This record gives sequence, C-alpha cells and structure tokens, in this order.
Amino acid sequence: MITPGLYHILFISTALFFIGMYGFFARKNLITMLMSIELILNSVNLNFIAFNKYLWPGRLDGVFFTIFIIAIAAAEAAVAIAIIINLYRSHKSIDVEQTEEMKY
Amino acid sequence: MTGSTIIFYLLALLTLVSAVLAVTSRQIFRAAIYLLFTLIGIAGFYFWMQYDFIAAVQIIVYVGGITVLIIFSIFLTQQAGELLPKQKIGRQVFAAAAVFCSFALVMLQMINHHFTVTADQSTTPTIAAIGEKMLATTEDGYALPFEVVSILLLAAMIGCIVIAMRPEDTLPNEQDLQQK
Amino acid sequence: MSNALQIALIPLLPLAAFVILGLFGNKYVNRSAGIIATFLLASSAALAFYTAYQYFFEYGKVEGVYQKVTAFKYTWLQFSDQLSIDIGALIDPITAMMLVVVTFISLLVHIYSLAYLKGEKRFATYYAFLGLFTFSMLGLVLSSNIFQMYIFWELVGVSSFLLIGFYYDKPSAVAACKKAFIVTRFADLGFLIGILVLSFYAGTLDFNTLIERLTSLQSAEFKMATAASFMGISALTWGLVLVFIGGAGKSAMFPLHIWLPDAMEGPTPVSALIHAATMVVAGVFLVARLFPVFQISPIAMDVVAYTGIISALIAAVIACTQTDIKRVLAYSTMSQIGFMMFALGVSKTGGEAGLGFTASMFHLFTHAMFKALLFLGAGAVIHYVHSNEMKDMGGLRKYLPITHITFLIACLAISGIPPFAGFFSKEEILLAAYHHYPVIFYTALITSGLTAFYMFRLYFSIFWNKQTQVHSEHSAPHDSEKHGEGGLAMMLPLIVLAMASCLAGFIHFGNFVTADGKPLTTALHLLFSVAPVVLALAGIGIATWLFLRQNDSPVKYSNKLGNLYKAAHQKFYIDELYGFITQKIIFNLVGRPAAWFDKNIVDGLVNETGNGTTTLAEKIKAFQSGKVQQYAIYFLGGVMGLTVLFIYLWK
Repeated sequence: MITPGLYHILFISTALFFIGMYGFFARKNLITMLMSIELILNSVNLNFIAFNKYLWPGRLDGVFFTIFIIAIAAAEAAVAIAIIINLYRSHKSIDVEQTEEMKY
Repeated sequence: MTGSTIIFYLLALLTLVSAVLAVTSRQIFRAAIYLLFTLIGIAGFYFWMQYDFIAAVQIIVYVGGITVLIIFSIFLTQQAGELLPKQKIGRQVFAAAAVFCSFALVMLQMINHHFTVTADQSTTPTIAAIGEKMLATTEDGYALPFEVVSILLLAAMIGCIVIAMRPEDTLPNEQDLQQK
Repeated sequence: MSNALQIALIPLLPLAAFVILGLFGNKYVNRSAGIIATFLLASSAALAFYTAYQYFFEYGKVEGVYQKVTAFKYTWLQFSDQLSIDIGALIDPITAMMLVVVTFISLLVHIYSLAYLKGEKRFATYYAFLGLFTFSMLGLVLSSNIFQMYIFWELVGVSSFLLIGFYYDKPSAVAACKKAFIVTRFADLGFLIGILVLSFYAGTLDFNTLIERLTSLQSAEFKMATAASFMGISALTWGLVLVFIGGAGKSAMFPLHIWLPDAMEGPTPVSALIHAATMVVAGVFLVARLFPVFQISPIAMDVVAYTGIISALIAAVIACTQTDIKRVLAYSTMSQIGFMMFALGVSKTGGEAGLGFTASMFHLFTHAMFKALLFLGAGAVIHYVHSNEMKDMGGLRKYLPITHITFLIACLAISGIPPFAGFFSKEEILLAAYHHYPVIFYTALITSGLTAFYMFRLYFSIFWNKQTQVHSEHSAPHDSEKHGEGGLAMMLPLIVLAMASCLAGFIHFGNFVTADGKPLTTALHLLFSVAPVVLALAGIGIATWLFLRQNDSPVKYSNKLGNLYKAAHQKFYIDELYGFITQKIIFNLVGRPAAWFDKNIVDGLVNETGNGTTTLAEKIKAFQSGKVQQYAIYFLGGVMGLTVLFIYLWK
C-alpha cells in the first residue's frame, strides 16, 4: 500500500464533500439535510488542515480557518435547528417538500 | 506498511462508510449516529496529522455539541422507530449521477494538479502559538476575525432565542383566563 | 430718455388693469371693474397722446427727418455678444401713430362696453381681457426687438382667443376661438421661422440693427443673406415671406382669413377693437416695420402686394352676399386690410414713390376710426334687435337716430366719398398703385366700387328697407329711447368716432408718417379722384335701388348671378376646402397613420413589453419552485458548468 499523503486526504475530503452533496439532494428530511451540510463543512475543514500541514507547515492560517468554520458551523446548526423546530411547530412536519409556500 | 498507514486506511474506511450510511439510512436516529462516527473519523484524521488542538475542538464542538443538538431535535420532531419517507428514485439517481460527475471532475483536476509538498512536516503548531496568533493585533493576527466571529455567535444566539420564542399573541392571555 | 417712464407706463397701465381685475375683479369689484379699467386706460391714452405729440412736434424731428428713438432698452436674454433679446421701446412715426390709434379705440371700446355688457356675469373678466389685449398690442407696437414683438404678437393672439371665446357656453364661440387660435398659430409658425432666418443672417434681433445691416448693400450680413438661396430664392426673401405669412395670418389675408369672420362670435365691442381696428392691422404694422428690408426683395414685395389685392377683391365679393351684419363688416375689414397691404407692396422708399407707405399707414389710421365706428354702430343695432341677421332688421332709423347718422357717416367714409376720411386715404392708395401696377390699380378700383355697394346694402338693410315687426314688441314706447340707444356710454364713442371719421382725412399724414422719415407732400389730384368717386357713387346708387325699399329685385338678381352668387355666399368654399384638406387629407393621410403608429407601435411596444414579460415570467416561474434541493442542484450544475467552461474551453 502506498504511504498516505496529501492526495489521499484530499480524496477523502472530496469524497466526503460529494457524499454530503448527495445527501443534500436526495434527502427529504430537513434534519438529515442539515447533517449533510455538516458533512460538507467537515470536508472543507479537513482540506484546510491538510493544506496547512503538507504545503505550509510553518503557518497557522489553515488552522484558524478551520476554527472559524467550526464556530460558524456551530452557530449555523443552532439557528437551523431553531428554524426547523419552529417549522415543525407550525407545519407539524419537517419535510422539505412542505416548505414551498414562499415560492412565488 | 507502517502502523501509521494502517491507521490512516482504517480511519478512511470508517469515515467514508459511515458518511455514506449517514446520508442513506432511512432511520434518522441511526443516520445521526453514523454522522457521529464520521465526525469522530475526521477528528481521527486531525490526530493523525498531529493537529491535536483542532482534533480536540472537533470532538468538543461537533461530537459533543452539534451531534447532541441534532439528536435532540430528532427527539423533538420525530416519532420513534419511524422510517423516513422514501425519496423518488429518479431524484436519487439524478442526484447520484450529478454528484458522481462532479466528483470525477474535481478529482481529475486534483490529480492533474501538482502540489509542491513541503518535505519537512515535523513542526506541528503548539496551542500556545495558536493562542498567541489568535489574539495578536499585528498584521497577521486574527484578533479582528475572532471578535467578528464572537459577534456572529452572539447574533446567532439572540436569533435562536427570537426564532424559538412563541409569538406573544399565541400565548394564553391572562385576562382572558380570568374572564373565563 | 426722460420720458422712458412715461412711455413704459402706456402699456403698463392696461397690464395693471388686467392684473387687478383678473385677480380680484369677479369677487370684489365686479360692478366697478369697468370704471377702473376705463380710468386706467384713459390715463394710458392721455400718455400716448402726449407722447405722440411730443414725438411729432418736439423731439422726433431732427433736420426734417423723423428719427427712430429708442426710449429705453433692457437686455433680457443675452445669447452671445451680438445676439440678445431685449425689452425696449422704439418710437418712430408709425409707432407713435399706432399708440394713438390703439389707446384711442381701446378707450372708446372700454367706455362703450360699460353699457353694452352691463349685467354680464363675467364683467370684470371681460375688462381684464381687454386690458391684457391692450397691453399686448401696445407692447407689440413699441417693440424694439423682433423677438419682443413676437412675444407680444403671441400675447395678442392669446387675448384675442380669450375674447372671441368669451361666451364660452356657446359652442359656435368655442369653435370660433379655436379656429382663430389655430389658424393664427399656424401662421405664427411662419413668422417664427422667418424671425430665425432673418436674425440668423443679420446676427441680431434688434430692429434698428437688423434693418441697418440687411439694407446696406455692402455689409457682410446682406451679402450672406442674399447669396444663400433655397429653391432658387434667396434666404432673405424666404425670411421675409415667412415673416409675411405671420403677418398675413394675423391680418386675415387670403388664404389665412378664414378665422376672422368666425371671430365675430365674440362680443361686438371686442370685434370693434381687435378684429377691426387694432390686432388685424398688426400684420400691416409688421410689414411697415420691416419695410426697408422688404424693399430689398422685389419678390417679397410682390407677394405682399398681390396677397393684399386678392384678399381685398375676394373679401369684397363675399361681403356683398353675407347676411350676418358682423360678418359683412368682417369681410369688409379684410378687404380694407388688403388695401393697406397692397399699398405697402407697391411702395418704394423716398419721395413720391413712397406714397404707398404713407397711404397705407394713413388708411390704417382712418380705417381704424370708421371701422370701429361701424362695429360699434352694429353693436348698438344688435343690442337693440338681439340678432345679427339682416332679415331681422329694417327701418331702424326712427328708433336709433344717433346710431343711424353715425353709421351713415362711417359708410360714406369707407366708401370713399369726399370729404370723409376714407376718401383721402383711399385716393392715396389708388394713386400709389396707379403708376406701376395697372392690374392692381384696376382691381382696387373695382373693389372700392364693391365696397360702396356692400356697405350701403348693409346700411339700407338695417336702417331703411322693410318695416321690421320683430322688435316692436320689446321696444314699447316707454323705454324705446333708453333701451334703443343704450345711453350715453354707448353713444359717446359713436359720436367721437363719427367726428374722427369726418375729420381724420384732413390730417396731412405725409408730414408725419413716411417710409424714410422725410415729410412727403401729397397733392390731391382732383381729376384722378373722379373715377373712384364715381364708381363709389354708382355702387351706392345700385345699393339704393336694390335695398332702399323692400322688393324682390335683390333675390331676382342674385338668382340671375346663379353660381357666382352662391359661391360668394359660401365664401368661395374656402372653409370647405380647408375642411377637406384638414379632415380628409391631413386626418386621413397624416393623422390616421400617426394614430395607428401611436396605438400599435408606440403603445404596442409598451404593451408587448409588459405582456412579454408576464408571459416569460409565467413560463420561467416553474424554476422558482421553492424546492431548496432543486436550487442546490441548479447551483451545482452552474458551478460545474463554469468549471468546465473556464478550465477546458476558455484557455
């Protein structure tokens, strides 16, 4: 087996990204879609760290981006879940197909 | 074949498989658990790359925070044991095809692109260095984005409270109750 | 000039009347409006007389030549160093004369209207309009600048429009005022273009400078104006002809005369003021003002002369057949203005050859007197009979003695019977034409015979002929005197004008108003006068024979004339021709396509834009499904598409 390096990690992060993408397209439940988004965000984080490690090990920018993305993801998750719960209250459902009222 | 390599492949397997299961499982609670494993796998990669601080943050925030939040919301909105409704097969196929094509395109680009990998990867950032840089107000310091993010978090918090609050007119009115 | 204020006050006093009565008239001073306006105008008239006196006898004459005096001048709009629109007052003999005529006639009309329009609901409005008109007319004659003249020219048009449409609840009056406005406006377009052409070549708008530059044969401006040509005619001539079109419109010259007879829908004193004595001679005044320039271009002079004589003849023929007394007078006015026009057209500058100019101005002066008299007399008759139609009148001499006498004097004056005013001026006009323009001379001779005929036809039909029964019931014995004559306010102007008509002819006009400012001695050629006077007497004789007693010979003869009579009675179908041109040709060929274009192309474009957007929106709104996942797929597709585009195709 080949010694894992940058390309391996990039492959994993890309795969994670598109798995998240697929989940976002194919799922109907808002919570599972939110989970897909978390996957996407994590793949990006992984990318940042990998680049930081393999390309510019002396620097910290990738680390900081990751930290900020985690912070923003936490905020996003909190807000999204608040919205989802509110939606559930009014619609008794968190199916994404039910949320088309504002389409026109 | 060193131990490190084996660990890497094991982590990769764990992460990808549980990620795929997380987006395909029809039991939402299980999907959340698979997501938990994925996140742990990613934390494992951070450890593997010797970015311990990030790995710790990942576990604390994602595994300890967000996944728990998601599980809570699942409890709040979902009946136990209920399967998720099936997505249309056409949509699934279409999404898979689109995603696969995109994935292939990106991978093709990535493989063709030559990254100049630095040979010396021994230095790993210490937590002290991260902390100093985070609060530095010099040219490369991250004090300002840090403050911006803290304001964002505050805003998100207030936003959550506002969203989650019941509108006032739906609350039972005390006077009405007294009259009754 | 020390008298700048005095001259400025002449037009400003009527303006004050307009402003005061226009703003406050109907509410506060409706009853006394007439008195206020009359008082203001009397002051203005006194100033005008004094100014004219001063000009003619004190300072105007320098070394035997009347100078053009610029009383004051303010630059209003400066376009360039040379070109500016000024507001000023230019006094020269014709201006001085016009000041007198306008203020005098206007004053008498003001007085006359006191009685004539008594009890009218919009009494103050009427006087306000009169004030506006007088102001604009005075401003017009005082203008030192051709553009200032144009401004006042339009103001005159507007006030005329207002006054013709004074009885705006009468559909015919509304139609008439619209017609007058449109026709004169149409002509004014020519005037405006003419002004632009002239001022473009002269490089100035000031009358004095303009005349000076365009008449000196050596000046660069003159050479340029004559060298530039369009369709084989020099730019100067084009400019002059276009200016003359404006003048012809205002002066009701053929073929732009159609508005004048209809304008008689206005109150009769207005007809006397505007459509007989003052406004309609504005065209004559304009040509006289630019006379030195017209002089340069023989073609323009011929246009003026022939337009004048054709109008004179046609109007005289039509006047013989009309039955509405005011329309007869309107056509007579047109005919007389035709006389003035062709007199200008045949004139030259200087000496005996400049007789035409003097004669024209003289006729303008005397005509203002007797035509105003005729209109006011007709007003008195209409006031009494409550009808404009000749068939409702007859034998009125017993009821309206003063009107009868004054009307007779006016008729004699217009017919050219010595020693009344019209005789002298008309003789001069004929004399001016005699030397060089035989065709015009003989036509004019016939026309003056016709003039006598139709005037006396009118006179006899009103005051003699049959004994009309119509008015006998409302002219009950106890108030017939009072009602009939309309009191002192109506009679005074008639008497004053009658005296003026008798005496105005004896003024030696050649001493004052000539083309070049030098006095011109006009000898009365007695032998020459025989032919016109005899013709006039013959006209009167025929009229006496036909109309003195009620008989059926007029009908008989008119039947014998057959088509000619019918054509003349229908005003030679000119109105119909205009109607045909406008309604059939312009409406169909220009208006309809324009309307179609507007409806289908212009509106259609707008509508189609709206409809198209809606249709398109209907079609694409499915994309906006509200399905978040679809959006995400589109988004991914877009990103990937761009990636492919930039990486593989856009190298």
